[in-house]
Amino acid sequence: MMSRRYANLRRLSYGVLLLAMLAAPWAGLYPVLGIKILCYALFACAFHLLLGYTGLASLGHAAFLGVGGYMAGYGIKAWSLSPELALLTGLGIGALMGLVMGYLSIRRSGIYFTMITLALAQLVYFLCVQMPQTGGEDGLQGISRGILFGIIDLQNDMNMYYATLAIGLIAFLFIARVVRSPFGQSMIAIKDNQARAISLGYHPDRYKLLVFTLSASLTGLAGALKAIGLGFVTLSDVHWMTSGHALLMTLVGGLGTLSGPVVGAVVLVALENKIGQLGVMLSQLTGINWFATLGESVIMVMGIVFVVCVLTFRRGIMGELDAFVRRVLTPTSTRSSKHDDE
Amino acid sequence: MDIFGVPSQALMAQLMIGLVNGSFYAVLSLGLAIIFGMLHVINFTHGAMFMLGALLSWAGLYYFNLNYWVMLLLAPVVVGVFGIVLERLFLRRIYKLDYLYGLLLTLGLTLVIEGVVRSIFGVSGKPYGPAPISGVTDLGFLIIPNYRLWVIAASLTACVLTWYGIERTRLGGYLRAATENPKLVETFGINVPVLISLTFGFGVALAAFAGVLAAPIMQVSALTGQTMIVIVFAVVVIGGMGSIAGTIVTGVALGLVEALTKVYYPPASSMVMFLVMVLVLLVRPNGLFGGKE
Repeated sequence: MMSRRYANLRRLSYGVLLLAMLAAPWAGLYPVLGIKILCYALFACAFHLLLGYTGLASLGHAAFLGVGGYMAGYGIKAWSLSPELALLTGLGIGALMGLVMGYLSIRRSGIYFTMITLALAQLVYFLCVQMPQTGGEDGLQGISRGILFGIIDLQNDMNMYYATLAIGLIAFLFIARVVRSPFGQSMIAIKDNQARAISLGYHPDRYKLLVFTLSASLTGLAGALKAIGLGFVTLSDVHWMTSGHALLMTLVGGLGTLSGPVVGAVVLVALENKIGQLGVMLSQLTGINWFATLGESVIMVMGIVFVVCVLTFRRGIMGELDAFVRRVLTPTSTRSSKHDDE
Repeated sequence: MDIFGVPSQALMAQLMIGLVNGSFYAVLSLGLAIIFGMLHVINFTHGAMFMLGALLSWAGLYYFNLNYWVMLLLAPVVVGVFGIVLERLFLRRIYKLDYLYGLLLTLGLTLVIEGVVRSIFGVSGKPYGPAPISGVTDLGFLIIPNYRLWVIAASLTACVLTWYGIERTRLGGYLRAATENPKLVETFGINVPVLISLTFGFGVALAAFAGVLAAPIMQVSALTGQTMIVIVFAVVVIGGMGSIAGTIVTGVALGLVEALTKVYYPPASSMVMFLVMVLVLLVRPNGLFGGKE
């Protein structure tokens, strides 16, 4: 009986989450902050498609996010592209870069894969520093949002928020579909036992490359969306610390859960935004002046969150929640026995 | 005399700088490789430890009036002890988990270390003042500052001593054995957890040693570690972590390649490391000296 109640609860919670996102701007969420959260959520979901289902931890995704944003922004400014074409440009450049970087990096596995993606992303970073099109240290400023499909005026913050939500939702459903498809199931099989998958006739490298490319193109889309929504792209978008950000969002939200990256993005972007106020509050509460400077050390707080998560909270928010719900739904009589009706 | 249109004097001077940087890369990637062999953790804090060594030597000079030579011994000891504390408090808890968590944990620790250093020292580079060894040596074809000669000699000596310690001494033998099969070594009565702590401490102490050497010539700031660690990762991917001698040779060679690029095509000098890595991945995916993973 547990599985049906569990599935219902799951559907219900997705519904609540969606309603909350639809209602958020009316409940006092500043739409531009909402857009930022949604872009990071899409970024984290794309990143997690690779990490969660192939086990490959990339520290190179900032390159796709940043270049996706630069290309979209540059396209709008130099060629006056419409927003939908700019988004496609971001997606396309992400796919192209993903194909190349994926081809190089999946030649090694485990920790070497991570180091290679990091080094390749650094290469892209230095390119972006030097190319005149990116605006160098100043970044690309004043990207106008334009009119989506010729009818929706994105200059209006509310319109932009809902457009971002719609695109994010489509991408999320796409990822969910990929994971549940036969392709996605083979991909998980390869992650769990590569040797066995090979003996069954699968080609792990093809799967890995395709997932890498998919993940990179969605990240490029997130970058383009962010460039259009916020109006600027800077070097920090291409910096590897941004990849670390995606990793942290995934970890906080729950590795291996579909909704985890979204929750992680919401929590972390909100935390980053409110950390100054939080610090001031803490310093008033405890009388320790040091807390008031917390706003200036976002990076350090991120580091602490990393350490705490790795040591005590490895399942993440959604993972813990999931485990809790399963525990509650399992009748006490069957809990101790080996019975499992999933 | 010109070599491909560049005066040989200028070329040699750049190569000398390349040799200096290359010896830093060698010392750092050596420490990284030793730690990886023993702990199976890629130590993301390695760049931060390099930066700590440099900043400690600066702080020692300006706050406690401890000169360069004292700090050259003291800073690695302090950083080494700090590393052992980190290993005991944090790293020890994650050895049994997926490699991903080791990466995440050391990345988190790096951010905390850098954040603390930033809130104390700011992000601007710290000028060390005059180098502790003054004067120049005329080699006939080239005039070089003595301090740079000392840096190259000191770091290469550190590398060779480390190689000797691991390959030729009894303790090094235990270490290699414990890398291969920790369970078996433990049955011989060797305390492997202590060996692991010491390895980590020694590895980060090496990084700090390089940091002290770099302090007078490199304007080290809180963010130096970030650029350094990515380069060292590339070195390790190119060389492979299997062979100690291979790691050292790769580090030095890449420093030279970087210097040559600076002479002939300056815009690419920050990227050439990564381009070499791409080439190596295409031709020899396991690295130049790499065996199996």
